[in-house]
Amino acid sequence: MNPLAPVGRATLSLFEAIGRLLLFAALGLSHCVRPPFYPRLIWRQMIEIGFYSLPVVGLTAIFTGMVLALQSYTGFARFSAESAIPSVVVVSITRELGPVLASLMVAGRIGAAMAAEIGTMRVTEQVDALTTLSTNPYKYLVAPRLIAGVTMLPILVIVADTIGVLGGYLIATFKLGFNPELYISNTINFLQVIDVVSGLVKAAVFGFLIALMGCYHGYYSKRGAQGVGAATTNAVASAMALILIFNYVITELFFSR
Amino acid sequence: MSALDTNLVPKIEMRNIAKTFGTKAVLRDVNLSIAPSESLVIIGGSGTGKSVTLKCILGLIQPDKGRIAIDGQETIGLRGREREAVLNKFGMLFQGAALFDSLPIWQNVAFKLIQGQNMKKTEARDVAVQKLEQVGMRADVADLFPAELSGGMQKRVGLARAIAADPEIIFFDEPTTGLDPIMADVINDLIVQCVKDLGATALSITHDMASARKIADHIAMLHEGRIIWHGAVADIDQSGNPYVDQFIHGRAEGPIQMAIRS
Repeated sequence: MNPLAPVGRATLSLFEAIGRLLLFAALGLSHCVRPPFYPRLIWRQMIEIGFYSLPVVGLTAIFTGMVLALQSYTGFARFSAESAIPSVVVVSITRELGPVLASLMVAGRIGAAMAAEIGTMRVTEQVDALTTLSTNPYKYLVAPRLIAGVTMLPILVIVADTIGVLGGYLIATFKLGFNPELYISNTINFLQVIDVVSGLVKAAVFGFLIALMGCYHGYYSKRGAQGVGAATTNAVASAMALILIFNYVITELFFSR
Repeated sequence: MSALDTNLVPKIEMRNIAKTFGTKAVLRDVNLSIAPSESLVIIGGSGTGKSVTLKCILGLIQPDKGRIAIDGQETIGLRGREREAVLNKFGMLFQGAALFDSLPIWQNVAFKLIQGQNMKKTEARDVAVQKLEQVGMRADVADLFPAELSGGMQKRVGLARAIAADPEIIFFDEPTTGLDPIMADVINDLIVQCVKDLGATALSITHDMASARKIADHIAMLHEGRIIWHGAVADIDQSGNPYVDQFIHGRAEGPIQMAIRS
């Protein structure tokens, strides 16, 4: 047997997987803009992603804001730079921590749910049944989730930004003895539009990635409980990895000169 | 195929269909033609490619080579609206019923009417209830969810869904698998009756010989990716084919060797 054969096979299957994913993404996107649309399904996904993720996103954001204020205080106090805390908190939250942490939490929640639901539909032939009932599964299953992901994540991140900054404010004023008015005016004066906008662009991209990974892994789920389990794990793991990678890429695009 | 059918355009025609998954050749060379209003049953052991054959015709799986024509129209490679137009002729009863568990029974039955034909919901519901009655179910199940029904009841709903849009062709994927013998016979009767009422062409796959004898006009046997016998249901006991004989009598000994590992 040729010793290079396994290398070649692995390379080929990698390219095959990438091609299949890109094709899946392109098909899913094209069905987002072509009628018929399913407003009820889009709405249901929006509620699922946007509304029901609020508690977990809020919890993540408030504790992140709080720990950020606390940590930067212990660090900055060494250089008597405590006054920089409001600006450090708001910039870290809006640019990085808000979008990334909120998206990671949503990836765990929503990516898994999507992959498990579509994977079960695949395994029980419900996806094939859609086709035989003259309904395109990309249009019926994938497009509503992609649309809901792209639109809901930015809204969740606005909420996360607000609550995160609030967390920092609470620790700074109640525990560290900052003047409340000064803290707020420092925060507002330092904040720039680009900070928030870059965070929201990230959120939209991450929302797309979460929904894409959930749908893709569910759609190509292998048979049986094990197949659906693997699809769920892969959906979450790959969404999280892609979020971190794309976070760097988007930051590079926005801020490197 | 009888001489009478040859001057008709076959409803479904498969020529030299082959499909390989990885290194496993599931279909090697399948040739089949089904006349309008005929009920053909494909029999064969597990893993002989019966389901793949159905999925190739539906376009859910792309065969590696060969031709498939529906009403004389070549269907391989059709996309978008043309593919949709072909699929509109079909109804299918899946092995596990494949009902949408997030939708109530009546919306399952009326799915194609609501989504595909934009029928009003109230009107679609009336059709759904009527179709449910046609398969012997009372109107009050309409608002239940699939998970609340037994396997046999789910099969009935699946049948109602398959016939809801009055298809020209109906596929039955192992319609009696997993049912008790009495419920299996009830489903067989319903299938025969529904197909007759619609005047539809039926293609079923099964390994249940009682079911095959009941619903088939013709039987074809698939073995190792080829149709090894095709004839009228009345002739199956005198097929003279040792493979068919072994299968219909369910003997472990014979020319068909069961692969323990696939």
